[in-house]
Amino acid sequence: MPPYLTRRQFFSLAASLPFARPLTGRARANTPARVVVVGGGFGGATCAKYLRLADPSLKVTLVTPQPQFITCPFSNAALVGLRPLTSLTYTYQRLREGYGIQIVQAQADRLDPTAQRLTLSDGHTLAYDKLVLSPGVELRWDAIAGYDAEASAVFPHAWQAGTQTRRLRRQLDAMQDGGLVVISAPETPYRCPPGPYERASLIAHYLKTHKPKSKVLLLDAKDSFTKDKLFLAAWERRYPGLLEWVSGAQGGRVTQVDTRTGLVRTEFDEYKPTVANIIAPQRAAAIARADGLDAGTGWCPVYGGTFESRVHPNIHIIGDAAIASPMPKSAFSANTQAKVCAAAIVALLRGEPVARPALMNTCYSLVAPDYGISVSAVYTVENDTIQVVPGSSGTSPLDAPETTRSLEASYARSWYDNITADTFG
Amino acid sequence: MAKARIKVPGVVKRGAVFEVRLLIRHPMETGFRYNNVGQKIPKNIVHTVRCVYNGAEVFHAELFPGIAANPYFSFFTTAEASGELVCVWTDDTGVTTSERVALTVSE
Repeated sequence: MPPYLTRRQFFSLAASLPFARPLTGRARANTPARVVVVGGGFGGATCAKYLRLADPSLKVTLVTPQPQFITCPFSNAALVGLRPLTSLTYTYQRLREGYGIQIVQAQADRLDPTAQRLTLSDGHTLAYDKLVLSPGVELRWDAIAGYDAEASAVFPHAWQAGTQTRRLRRQLDAMQDGGLVVISAPETPYRCPPGPYERASLIAHYLKTHKPKSKVLLLDAKDSFTKDKLFLAAWERRYPGLLEWVSGAQGGRVTQVDTRTGLVRTEFDEYKPTVANIIAPQRAAAIARADGLDAGTGWCPVYGGTFESRVHPNIHIIGDAAIASPMPKSAFSANTQAKVCAAAIVALLRGEPVARPALMNTCYSLVAPDYGISVSAVYTVENDTIQVVPGSSGTSPLDAPETTRSLEASYARSWYDNITADTFG
Repeated sequence: MAKARIKVPGVVKRGAVFEVRLLIRHPMETGFRYNNVGQKIPKNIVHTVRCVYNGAEVFHAELFPGIAANPYFSFFTTAEASGELVCVWTDDTGVTTSERVALTVSE
């Protein structure tokens, strides 16, 4: 992008020229615009719904490989038996029946950004005027030696809720008292920055309650993490001796696993855990990296105000796959980005100016069922780049009484009920 | 907490090439940052690292402010005789620190 003209300025300039018309200002008023949304999680489902709310004349198709969606939020609670996975499972019935969204159960395989067509795993192709990609992340099998799809059956990552969550739950359940649980946390960026620390906390809570002679060892590639002061203080109070964090500077980066011998290795040490949870490094799912959409980085650069790809026009990328920093890769981020993206698409299709958005995020984490902490921020967009609104961000206080922690735990549950109702209801 | 970690194989065959890993705990302050009351944080980085194996220097590095906190090094050298590997580094405050590890070489 030349520094003297932003993309938006270019288009508004182009639109003012006598013969130039924005391609997206559809003259064929009687043909509804076609928007295809890929991914049925917090980003995709919310975007499809809000597109139809904003403009019921749009033809919106939601492509998702699963007939139902199991949420990652609260899957750490499910992992240790605090709630059943079925309580985290949603179908697309309301989106279909209540909002007139066409649901196509398939994998998005290939896309042609020039012809504006998407090819599905069942062989069908979908033509679009606007495409929204919200496919989430995939685990990188090339990042830790010995850790691939097959190894994840033995050492689950449980970073996509469902089979993996059940697998890790069974292993924790079967573990004898006195066992060692090793969790490996990756370098940023990855889905749900506080997730590994909430997980370590809730597993420690489970062990303290049921298998108190056991231990959780959290091997980290990083030297600091979101809400680290709050987590470390809470661990000291709730799980002394039971939960140990090994930072990158202490040699915590996991470099190799061997599922046959059951070993987990860092640059300096070797561990033989009873249960190993390897949260491997991640990247945008394959469809979001097609045709150079990730510019070779593994994640997709987008314009902050519209979430349109900086690589190909008419393709918008939201949620974990997008580079929306400083927003974290969270369900809340995906949900709020989906609404901004839906509003931008409606405006672009009508040839109207795109409003400057307000985005927000809160990440709640449970240290224990009655102990919640959070971090939040509000964001705006300046020169197509997302920025934190000064003074809007903050975390739970460090020295709060237990009643505050218990209140925040109940806020976390309310947040979950609200966001899932907003997304799937 | 240890100021550094050194990792060498348990036993190395004479003549074999082996890997040495060194992780130094150091903030590596660039001198470009400000603290929360607006004062410049003085530059303090590890500027020189040397590793000596049985008296002979086998690794030498000079570091600059572009190197992140807690620098990590990995290098290879040849096993000659059992003995000691000593890693020595100096930072901008003039503090010199060393860590040593014993090495066993088999025939």
